[in-house]
Amino acid sequence: MRRRITVRAPGVAVRLDLRTLGVSGALLLAVGAAAAWTVVAAGVRLPVADIVAILDGGGRRADRFILLDLRLPRVSLGLLAGAALAMSGAVFQSLSRNPLGSPDIVGFTTGSATGAVLAIVVFGAGPAGAALAAIGGGLLTALTVYGLTALGGGAVSRLVLVGIGISAMLVAVNSYLISRARLEAAQAASVWLVGTLNGRTWEYVRLLGLALLVLTPPLLRYGRRLHLLEMGDDAAQSLGVRVHRSRLVLVLLAVAACAVATAATGPVAFVALAAPQITRRLTGSPALQLLPTALTGALLMVLSDLVAQRLLAPAQLPVGVVTGAVGGVYLAWLLAGQWRKGN
Amino acid sequence: MTSRLSGSDLTLAYGDRVITSGLDVTVPDGSFTVIIGPNACGKSTLLRALSGLLAPRHGTVVLDGATIGSYRAKEVARRLGLLPQTATAPEGISVADLVARGRYPHQRLLRQWTPEDENQVAAAMAATGVTALADRAVDELSGGQRQRVWMAMALAQQTGILLLDEPTTYLDIAYQIDLLDLCADLNEQGRTLVAVLHDLNQACRYASHLIVMKAGRIVAEGEPGQTVTAELVEDVYGLRCEVIADPQTGTPLVVPAARALRAARLER
Repeated sequence: MRRRITVRAPGVAVRLDLRTLGVSGALLLAVGAAAAWTVVAAGVRLPVADIVAILDGGGRRADRFILLDLRLPRVSLGLLAGAALAMSGAVFQSLSRNPLGSPDIVGFTTGSATGAVLAIVVFGAGPAGAALAAIGGGLLTALTVYGLTALGGGAVSRLVLVGIGISAMLVAVNSYLISRARLEAAQAASVWLVGTLNGRTWEYVRLLGLALLVLTPPLLRYGRRLHLLEMGDDAAQSLGVRVHRSRLVLVLLAVAACAVATAATGPVAFVALAAPQITRRLTGSPALQLLPTALTGALLMVLSDLVAQRLLAPAQLPVGVVTGAVGGVYLAWLLAGQWRKGN
Repeated sequence: MTSRLSGSDLTLAYGDRVITSGLDVTVPDGSFTVIIGPNACGKSTLLRALSGLLAPRHGTVVLDGATIGSYRAKEVARRLGLLPQTATAPEGISVADLVARGRYPHQRLLRQWTPEDENQVAAAMAATGVTALADRAVDELSGGQRQRVWMAMALAQQTGILLLDEPTTYLDIAYQIDLLDLCADLNEQGRTLVAVLHDLNQACRYASHLIVMKAGRIVAEGEPGQTVTAELVEDVYGLRCEVIADPQTGTPLVVPAARALRAARLER
């Protein structure tokens, strides 16, 4: 039996699950610790005393640069992108009722990359143009996948199959574009094939932070409807959920979160796929919960980036290589599980 | 006869497929209305329209004096509950948690668990006899128990009208009777019930108002004793039969004609 506490005050009456609360607290601590460790010890060690001095406005110039222009934006972006991808993954996995129905599997992040690569290779766009094109590419891909899924009768569970097909085609398009590009353009574009936090500035953090500030409140508000939609359209509607509208709003919010995160970091695999399922196991809750999932996503991203920075130091791997490697193993395990269940 | 729920001149369709046209239906208040008819005659479609799940192509469904489409979705859900055929319980969810989801139309973002919510969930579980199962996972339960849990969820919704789409399908006969008894209890407590059923004899036993459908039209309605005749059953189902008085309740009991008799009829 799950232990709960009920909080009641004038205008407020909520019931909270103790285990989910505990897990969320622990995740928050872990995220804080991982972020702090990244700031202090990824690469050249910055003693805590120095960090305090720098934040106070002092410190050596080189150290100031490392902390303020490299590490802080990097770790902030990692936290935000991890949270955004995780929430987006939770929404899509819930709507498609399939742990594989995740934006990084069904081609949304690949579509973002196609947008960026296209902008760089064909139109000679700079970083800002590429990021914008990535958002556009992600939205367009999502629209296509969702449209094709709805076309054949609207079973959202088919999203995974349609998405994997589209995703495979987009990977081919990306490779083709890069093979045809001039050298510098190819180099700039190839960054978009694997997600990375290397050399990301505060501008990316501001872009993603602002987007999340807008997207998170409605996402959390619609989170409960997500749980009702999992019971089937008729059941949800008879409880007072406007099914089609709610699903459309949720899809738009999740696609936007995923597209903006990918525009800031490139297509980081695995976080959107794994964070919701890891959180579900940690909380032991049958429903996907957006807030703890966001914390898990942030933790996965920051930990993966720490590994990416330290593994072959001083050479820096893109974080997407680490998440991709871990994600491949996880995906194989997930597919094996589904295959067993299917038999 | 007063009625909170009725439909007039209803044309119901899925895409190009028109199921019914020009249909008028009235659900008497306080009745246990049962809709019967052969497969694909439009019973479930009518129920979906009455619950607001399916918007009519033409005509209107009126709930409490206003078109059902003019209410906010949550407002409809506070007046009328539906137990659909296709509901799936999320993997691992507990009975108490599933029943609590019935409170959704009464809740707001920061007001999700008032004493009223708590009491209604407890009352719904008590009324359906699932209180002892509260902490069990729904997917571990038997079919009959599970159906009771879904009933509890619909009850927690606290509506005066409850629609049930084939609630006894896939249940063995003991559980079927058990569930219909529960429906009769709820009806006696003052709820208006509308159910789609397959079994004619059960419909005759439990319904206070019977609606008989054939190919998208209502061909007969009224109290079962005055409605169900051998001619009607032969007309609607194409089955020759005899209608006698149920030895237990006196309601109509449909006994299909013996195979030899029906074969003789075919030869004629």
